[in-house]
Amino acid sequence: MIGTRKDLLGLEDLSAEELVSILDTARTFREVLDRPIPKVPSLRGLTAANLFFEASTRTRLSFELAEKRLSADTVNFQTSGSSVSKGESLKDTARNIEAMGIHLVVIRHQASGAPHYLARNLDAGVINAGDGTHEHPTQGLLDIFTVRERRGKIAGLRVAIIGDIMHSRVARSNIWGLTKLGAAVTIAGPPTMMPAEVERFGVTVARSVDEAMEGADVVNILRIQLERQRGTLYPSLREYARVYGVTSERLKRAKPDVIVMHPGPMNRGVEIAQDVADGKHSVILEQVTNGVAVRMAVLYLLAGHKAQGEPPVENVPTEAKQTHGEPSLHPRR
Amino acid sequence: MASPLCIRGGRVLDPARGIDRVQDLWIADGRIAGLGEDAPADVRSHPQVEVIPVQGAVICPGLVDIHVHLREPGQEERETIETGTRAAARGGFTTVACMPNTAPPLDDRPRIEYVVRRARESGHARVFPIAAVTRGQMGETLTEIEDLIEAGAVAVSDDGKPVRNAEIMRRALELTGRLGVPVIQHAEDPDLKGDGVMHEGWTSTRLGMRGIPDVAESVMVARDALLAELTNGHVHVAHVSAARSTEIIRRAKARGIRMTAETAPHYLLLTDEAVQGYDPRAKMNPPLRSARDRDALIEAVVDGTIDCLATDHAPHTEIEKDSDFDSAPFGIVGLETALGLYVKALVEPKHLSLSELILRLTVNPCKILGLPGGTFEPGSPADVTVFDPSRRWTVRASEFASMGRNTPFEGWELPGQVLLTMVGGRVTYRPDAVPASAR
Repeated sequence: MIGTRKDLLGLEDLSAEELVSILDTARTFREVLDRPIPKVPSLRGLTAANLFFEASTRTRLSFELAEKRLSADTVNFQTSGSSVSKGESLKDTARNIEAMGIHLVVIRHQASGAPHYLARNLDAGVINAGDGTHEHPTQGLLDIFTVRERRGKIAGLRVAIIGDIMHSRVARSNIWGLTKLGAAVTIAGPPTMMPAEVERFGVTVARSVDEAMEGADVVNILRIQLERQRGTLYPSLREYARVYGVTSERLKRAKPDVIVMHPGPMNRGVEIAQDVADGKHSVILEQVTNGVAVRMAVLYLLAGHKAQGEPPVENVPTEAKQTHGEPSLHPRR
Repeated sequence: MASPLCIRGGRVLDPARGIDRVQDLWIADGRIAGLGEDAPADVRSHPQVEVIPVQGAVICPGLVDIHVHLREPGQEERETIETGTRAAARGGFTTVACMPNTAPPLDDRPRIEYVVRRARESGHARVFPIAAVTRGQMGETLTEIEDLIEAGAVAVSDDGKPVRNAEIMRRALELTGRLGVPVIQHAEDPDLKGDGVMHEGWTSTRLGMRGIPDVAESVMVARDALLAELTNGHVHVAHVSAARSTEIIRRAKARGIRMTAETAPHYLLLTDEAVQGYDPRAKMNPPLRSARDRDALIEAVVDGTIDCLATDHAPHTEIEKDSDFDSAPFGIVGLETALGLYVKALVEPKHLSLSELILRLTVNPCKILGLPGGTFEPGSPADVTVFDPSRRWTVRASEFASMGRNTPFEGWELPGQVLLTMVGGRVTYRPDAVPASAR
């Protein structure tokens, strides 16, 4: 299904069928990863560029590994962000990519919508690896994949997402994906970190962590980053840990077989207690492994066809491209 | 007397005098001579009358926009007084008031004089500069307001930024109140705005964008209403965007507070949903707000709470605007689309009659800034706009006279094509391709 698309910019744009198709494909690749030689030739001859305008370790490694497991060539570009003048560099980056004949671009950027800008300006497929506070679709997919592998389904599950919803691209992608697949999502966090009209996502807003935890099948705990905010949203990490930290005591309100997720890196003792992070409910390391399989699935579904027959370098002129009001996922030309 | 001019056969709208009828408009020596048979006989019987037939079109006093950014001096890569006023003429405007956030800002006499001189040399419209309230628009020290007004400024404003300090706002109102000029406020609490880039609401939540709540505007409108009451000064609220602000302004007016207000076309036609797709052409400050705000603004224009209609014409280069939404500057151009957009937003849905619209684009803005014109009173300068309200045209930014191409209305089909613009009897715009009489 996703094979009709050029880009993966967010889970908001995907249908339930497309989500399922990615998850099913990811399962195939998950099996590949368990083989003695965990590598397939699916993207041989294609080149993927990993552009990280914002620091990242695990997402970048996970994408690079996924590309290599698919036999794609990879190039990496990483910058701390502050040293680059954002708008100009993005445009020039796009032009360079075009000139180098790269087929797939994985981009992380501090500005929401930066991948959309690239997607509008490139023939190459664009995968959003996290844009500002918008979406992180492959993280959402790997979280959902992990739940589905554990529970065998998504529909009807109660999922609690705890933390800074406003600034979390992980939360947005999870909410879109989970609700499309029929899960009941409850969110909890400081009122100062709840974005405007958040209930329109189709989620329940709980007044406390305890309330959100009630009967949950899944608890997804978001990383809290007070240092990156304006300083007026929450008094201190200490207060946060006390009011919103997920402890084993609070976890007791969830289902006995609840699974605990965290996108990492964790602030142990702040949003997640030590014994919860390492406890029997935690699937946090499984998420990391599944991340590679999910990213392989996305890469394959977006670009697999290019490795089979189409010329390695496209020569579509760029002038004719539309630049206004396009949806964030574009049909392949 | 040089050859008089007769603009013949159009529907004359002169809302200041309650005139709405088909009549000839006579012009002699750069001034309005009169309407129809009221024009002096020596004008009408002159042997060499130049006739411009405009059957089916509307003839009204030249449009006045009291909120434009001409970018000169210092930002000539975005716009100049020459190109900006050419855009004004093309949009049917004969008079503009330009904001002082140039580089350097218009905060001392030589800079005001520079704008006045440049406008005289290269302008295609009358240009009235607005001076800064504070030096460098830094919000700390008042400018020499009386000197600036004497030099030709018609108001003071730190537009682009609000006057954040309430004490400075109070003193500015006390000083300007004496002179009868307003302080024009870009009402926006900087702390509530934070680093927001669009309206705070469901769309910003979905797009993961930092929001600017409507109250960022409204709290400052409320504060300024109280300060205007205290000082008996005149606050003019620039580009009103929020429903709550209209409620405050309405109540302020009812209390007799000297508060006037303007809005811009985009707030009447678009909502924050236009940001969908992260299009920087939908990025302006204040931001596009909700449908509820849009509806309240229309209501406020209709009942006179919002006195006049401006554009906040804010040209930027293509390089600046061709980027991701976050990095792009705030602002869109407006002079060449305003008339059509206002007809579409207000007249076509029958919120206002054409005459009521023209009132808000001529007489009312002139009153707010104490500008001459806005009427066909015999003897007034012959500033004239002729347009065909029913003829439709398509917005093509590539055809703009402005150097700015940043409009969210690209490709829109609009009513109200300008057929002739005239300043002091001199033609400043007349499209060759379009015959003056269409039907």
